[in-house]
Amino acid sequence: MRLDIRLPLGLLFSAVGLLLAIFGLAGNKAVYERSLGININLWWGLVMLLFGIGMFVLGRRGERRSSNTGASVAAPLGRGTSEHE
Amino acid sequence: MLTAIDWTIMVVYFVFVLGIGLALKRYMRTSTDFFLAGRSIPAWVCGLAFISANLGAQEVIGMAASGAKYGISTSHFYWIGAIPAMIFVGVFMMPFYYGSRARSVPEYLRLRFDEKTRAFNAISFAVMTVFSSGISMYAMAKLIQTLHVFDAPIQRMGLPLSWVFHAGILVSAVVVLAYIFLGGLSSAIYNEVLQFFLIVAGFLPLVWLGLRNVGGWAGLKAKLAAGYTHSWAGMGSAHTNRLGVEWFGLAMGLGFVLSFGYWCTDFLVIQRAMAANSMSAARRTPLIAAFPKMFFPLLVILPGLIAIALPNQSSTTVASAQGSAVVVPAGQGLIPPKLDPATGGPMRDNQGNLQLDYDLAIPNMLLHYFPTGILGLGLTALLASFMSGMAGNVTAFNTVWTYDIYQSYINPKATDQHYLWMGRMATVFGIALSIAAAYMANSFNNIMDMLQLVFAFVNAPLFATFLLGMFWKRTTGHGAFTGLLAGTLTAALHHSITLPAGAGPGVKGGWLGLVHTYPSEMAQNFWTAIFAWTACFVVTILVSLVTRPHEPEKLTGLVYSLTERPQTRDLPWYQRPGILALVALAIVVLLNIIFM
Repeated sequence: MRLDIRLPLGLLFSAVGLLLAIFGLAGNKAVYERSLGININLWWGLVMLLFGIGMFVLGRRGERRSSNTGASVAAPLGRGTSEHE
Repeated sequence: MLTAIDWTIMVVYFVFVLGIGLALKRYMRTSTDFFLAGRSIPAWVCGLAFISANLGAQEVIGMAASGAKYGISTSHFYWIGAIPAMIFVGVFMMPFYYGSRARSVPEYLRLRFDEKTRAFNAISFAVMTVFSSGISMYAMAKLIQTLHVFDAPIQRMGLPLSWVFHAGILVSAVVVLAYIFLGGLSSAIYNEVLQFFLIVAGFLPLVWLGLRNVGGWAGLKAKLAAGYTHSWAGMGSAHTNRLGVEWFGLAMGLGFVLSFGYWCTDFLVIQRAMAANSMSAARRTPLIAAFPKMFFPLLVILPGLIAIALPNQSSTTVASAQGSAVVVPAGQGLIPPKLDPATGGPMRDNQGNLQLDYDLAIPNMLLHYFPTGILGLGLTALLASFMSGMAGNVTAFNTVWTYDIYQSYINPKATDQHYLWMGRMATVFGIALSIAAAYMANSFNNIMDMLQLVFAFVNAPLFATFLLGMFWKRTTGHGAFTGLLAGTLTAALHHSITLPAGAGPGVKGGWLGLVHTYPSEMAQNFWTAIFAWTACFVVTILVSLVTRPHEPEKLTGLVYSLTERPQTRDLPWYQRPGILALVALAIVVLLNIIFM
């Protein structure tokens, strides 16, 4: 497959993380009584955003590497071509 | 209860799910692209899909429920009941599944044994997948209904509340149908990877908040009886532990027969490894999957333990079916009592003890700790787990239907394009049949219980057939087929003359008389499996010895002694199946010691 799964995964987590973090910053703080007074939306949103960006960057790098080596069809990660079948 | 932010998160997720299907559509040129993802998926993606396909809503909800009911002993279902089998299939069995170029597990049986063994496996498997996805659809729709989170939008549309159930089934069926129809197995695998990370992202903060609240693992231990927090305590006898099983029944029944029967022979999971881009990637698939899998108890069992350890929630008043208000007493922790659907009152067992609705452990934890925002994420994770389980069944069904039933017995000479088309059609009618099964489960609960029982009988002996087939070249087709039949009949017979303690004859067993009473239903299930496996093993050997063996040259690549070992010397150490297997085993042993 020529689509690297880390790209959509990274985008999804960045989008959801960003939404949560913004809501955590701007939204009503009274709702955090449930979550033991912790602004869980802000903090978990940031964690998800970082993970998402990381995945996206890795995905882009993998895609570039595989198009450079010309092995994009058989090995989308640019490795595995030397493995024994 | 839900606000705009929760809905936005759910919508964003659904956009990505469908977007992946659309993006992969143009790569679907041959039937191999559709059913086997063109055998082009890297190992780590296959590995995550391998566990995600098994991580349906029933698993997530059910494991938390067992956590609340039995305690940390539930982790035996992972550390005994999954990891050893996953290691075995990767190291020893994958060379034959992947190396034989079989396109499905039934097709392997055709290559190794004969047509009738394949037909038996293909047909029972196809029927099973349709019903399992129907049952999981039903369970999820029921759960959504109980949570009342989707009541408001349904009421706003002017529909009666029973539509929450219909909408739950319809929306999930249409979404799963769309992305598999478009992108086949690739689309299912890619979505399973998204679902895996979403489930982790949704449940990890829940466990973190819960543990913080009860004072960490030490605080949790202090709040619960000792039987809850020690996985091996009292396993010497079935009467001294919460599971009601002794160590031998657990190790043999769950750890060997049931677990190896599922992880090593069920096409639903094997298909994910068959999609890998090389032999070594296929062998690594279950091994890579083993690492996250062994830590899943922290994610799905701990919430159940926390739910039961929290202070009791006050009693509530609910409207009963007859319209009068009924006061429901408090359950234990966050777990409410089970309600009788007819009266709306709480259900009690023979001794008058309150019965608890353990399945609500995870949903109630989500509602208890998550404010709006992350609640949307948690519910999305729940929906994701539900869809991944269903998609696993649907992709396995359309492949077995098209290759092992349609191409083998109905229309063998069609073009590849025709089989690609048939795969898409099979996706449509497979999902339609699942919906029918879901409604059947809704109206005839007993029929579903009986069907699941029959499936258990068919599945129990399977691993004996594969074990002998792969490692003893003398095993014959007649032997395999007779062995399978004998194992299935033995399972039915054993079930018909035993009962779990406290149950009456009927669907729980004992319908031909009563010879033995087991301390728990779990013990009865494990021993049914042990008897079925043994019968299949013995009968297969005996019949094989008196029937004509296959010619050795026809078994190359299918049997251990006639197949060249896959070379792994050129791989870096972290890609060698043997090393990965040893590391995984060591960690599991360590986990068992820590939580002993």
